[in-house]
Amino acid sequence: MKMTSRILFAVAVLMLIGAYFLPLWQIMLEAPQYPEGIGLIIWYNDIVGYKPNDLNNVNGLNHYIGMRPIEPENILELKIIPYIIGFMILFGLLGVILGRKKWLYAWVITLMILGIVGLADYYRWGYDYGHNLDPTAAIKVPGQSYQPPLIGSKKILNFTSYSYPATGGWMIAISFVIAVLAAIHTSKLCPLDRLRRRLHP
Amino acid sequence: MLFSRSTRWSALSTILILGLAGLFLWGCPAKKPQQNQSLMSSGDAASQVYVAPGQYDEFYGFFSGGFSGQVTVYGLPSGRLFKIIPVFSQFPENSYGYSEETKAMLMTSYGFVPWDDSHHPELSQTNGVPDGRWLFINANNTPRIARIDLKTFETDEIIEIPNSGGNHASPFCTMNTEYVVASTRFSVPIPNEDVSIETYKENFKGTITFIKVAEDGDMEIAFQILVPGFNYDLSHSGKGASHGWSFFTCYNTEQANTLLEVNASQNDKDFIAAVNWKKAEEYVAQGKAKEMPATYFNNKMNHKTHIAESKVGKTVKVLTPAECPGLIYYLPTPKSPHGVDVDPTGEYIAAGGKLATVIPVHSFSKMLKAIEDKAFETEIDGIPVLKYEAVMAGEVENCGLGPLHTEFDGNGYAYTSAFISSEVVKWKIGTWEVVDRIPTYYSIGHLMIPGGDSQKPWGKYLVALNKITKDRYLPTGPELCQSAQLIDISGDKMKLLLDFPTMGEPHYAQAIPADILMPNVTKIYPLEENQHPYAAKSEAETGMTRDGNTVHIKMTTIRTHFAPDNLEGVKVGDKVYFHVTNLEQDWDIPHGFAMKGANTAELLIMPGQTRTYVWEPQEPGVYPFYCTDFCSALHQEMSGYVRVSPKNANVSFKYHVGE
Repeated sequence: MKMTSRILFAVAVLMLIGAYFLPLWQIMLEAPQYPEGIGLIIWYNDIVGYKPNDLNNVNGLNHYIGMRPIEPENILELKIIPYIIGFMILFGLLGVILGRKKWLYAWVITLMILGIVGLADYYRWGYDYGHNLDPTAAIKVPGQSYQPPLIGSKKILNFTSYSYPATGGWMIAISFVIAVLAAIHTSKLCPLDRLRRRLHP
Repeated sequence: MLFSRSTRWSALSTILILGLAGLFLWGCPAKKPQQNQSLMSSGDAASQVYVAPGQYDEFYGFFSGGFSGQVTVYGLPSGRLFKIIPVFSQFPENSYGYSEETKAMLMTSYGFVPWDDSHHPELSQTNGVPDGRWLFINANNTPRIARIDLKTFETDEIIEIPNSGGNHASPFCTMNTEYVVASTRFSVPIPNEDVSIETYKENFKGTITFIKVAEDGDMEIAFQILVPGFNYDLSHSGKGASHGWSFFTCYNTEQANTLLEVNASQNDKDFIAAVNWKKAEEYVAQGKAKEMPATYFNNKMNHKTHIAESKVGKTVKVLTPAECPGLIYYLPTPKSPHGVDVDPTGEYIAAGGKLATVIPVHSFSKMLKAIEDKAFETEIDGIPVLKYEAVMAGEVENCGLGPLHTEFDGNGYAYTSAFISSEVVKWKIGTWEVVDRIPTYYSIGHLMIPGGDSQKPWGKYLVALNKITKDRYLPTGPELCQSAQLIDISGDKMKLLLDFPTMGEPHYAQAIPADILMPNVTKIYPLEENQHPYAAKSEAETGMTRDGNTVHIKMTTIRTHFAPDNLEGVKVGDKVYFHVTNLEQDWDIPHGFAMKGANTAELLIMPGQTRTYVWEPQEPGVYPFYCTDFCSALHQEMSGYVRVSPKNANVSFKYHVGE
């Protein structure tokens, strides 16, 4: 592996540490009665309110439409994610130390797969909460589901719901991009190498 | 009694209006208010008071409720009413003084007093500037001082003032809120005893009381000063140069006990009492104060349990001026002075000689000099009376009729309300010249500039607090609202901007920039901090218990149901306590509780709070209860039933929700 790639790889790996200290994802709700906003922040091991009590207040609102309360202590993913991040950091650091290209490629592909699986799981989770409703709910709107958007915004009754990566989530994304660049740089596909070969045959 | 709104003012207006012709002959050239000079509210004025939807006012204004006993919160410059803070009167709207938790706030040595007459709101100060911690206000009838917390906008503490009658010169605070003061408008036998009223001069005394305010706001009576039996009317504490002194006006130095409107208006000069409270502290420390038996209540809201608790004081420390030289001096002041107001530097002390034709202004430094030179006219009960000429800095002539109160803009000008001529008069400190005047509608009492009695006035607006409304608004029968006028004082000429109705009879008001209070406002009470002995912090903790004829019900509210909402096992003859905890932790989501036929007011329970409602059902049957505050789309569904069985029925407790 080239030294530049190795450094970039190290940066990408170290950036993952940020996922322990920064929120990964955020879901914000906007409605006329909530001028100050109400929302949820997803951490690597917990879901908390955007403001104190927001989680309870979101659950309180959701009970009208028969949505299950969000109980972070009962969400399996939140127990697994800390280990997955830890695994990726150790895996990456080993790759940096060994300096083997294959480790870098494997790391990039694993991170990509985890990202896709994570988003798919988040979608499944949202789908389940949004569709699997209590049939005795007070408010029933035919054909209406309450699934939050995967990424982006969506109007759900009086609420506009926004779902976006938070700082920690962006850091993982940037880490991935850096690792991809490192992989390309060190591979035969590196455009810089081809340019150099053309200039100095 | 054409102008009567309260006995006091009716007496005053009657005598003064009858004597008006005389005044014209010998006195103040009563300038006719310049008709409508600034009456034509132009579009310009409208834009100055227009606060666009969703925007905030620049100032919080706190207006006393007078005979309503409460405080009202207005926005300035818009004049919009935001809240009524219950203080000295029961308030069925939110169960203040009705709920078991708040009844103790209105306890006194005379028992439960459900009403009072609140006069002078006073913001706490640090370094002579309003700091936004608390608002104090006095009760005039049954002498008390209340402290309102400006995070919650709720009454936090009320302390009774013993040895007093008519607590009017109150609760003006010192520069750093070391003390708030109280005094007797109506002198009384001290200690109170059964004597002939005609022995007034012999047996009646006044007191001046200093109430210590602790860092956390807790009030306690530090000491009282026994003073001659005059009527002590208003007060302000010194600041800057005069820090350490407090000033009290007094009238009825004639010591009349009947037909005061005539008999108390005979002397050319009455007094301002200058009290050296730092000296008083020394005398108290030296043990010069006598412990005197006195019973007084001190009621305080416990922030953990949300329950008001009463302590009963049994003695007070009393200083006697004759034994404490240098404690008090009398400054002769024409004529039955009302307000006493200290300018931002602390040097000038302006009096509202309500029957006088001038505004006398005393100089603090001249007063100190006069004391040093022993420029005494006489002595009353050990209190030296200083020579008027030796303490007087100037007299403001052409000041309007019936000058009452003065506030300051911080730019060298003073503004005095003139009750009889219904105007605000602006004059310059130092030259004592009147530079501008503006009519008010009608019969202005107090006036207020935000911070206008402090060292740092925010001299942009002035609020005139008027006693008589007459034709200003749509008529509402014999009883009309009082009114306030907002006047722009930022330019050379005062300009009327807005005229708005007020609640009760605001005597005085205070205002503070909104950005000082807004960041600290409490939104909810954290449920986990609720230590009410009957709190149910979740639906699992709800239930019913019986102890003889007493039934305690722990109940919760959350959008949108009560838990429990079906209750059985209550019997005729039971005393039923509903302890309702609002489980909400979201701002602006109170729930209410009301039971058909209950002999009390509803509960209005703030998020995280527990409030208790007592019900004594008289007849068997089923009784509905419901939430009174429109809390959600399913508010109409937020209701329940209590079954009441005959006295001897064998019905056991049964309660549930949603089964």
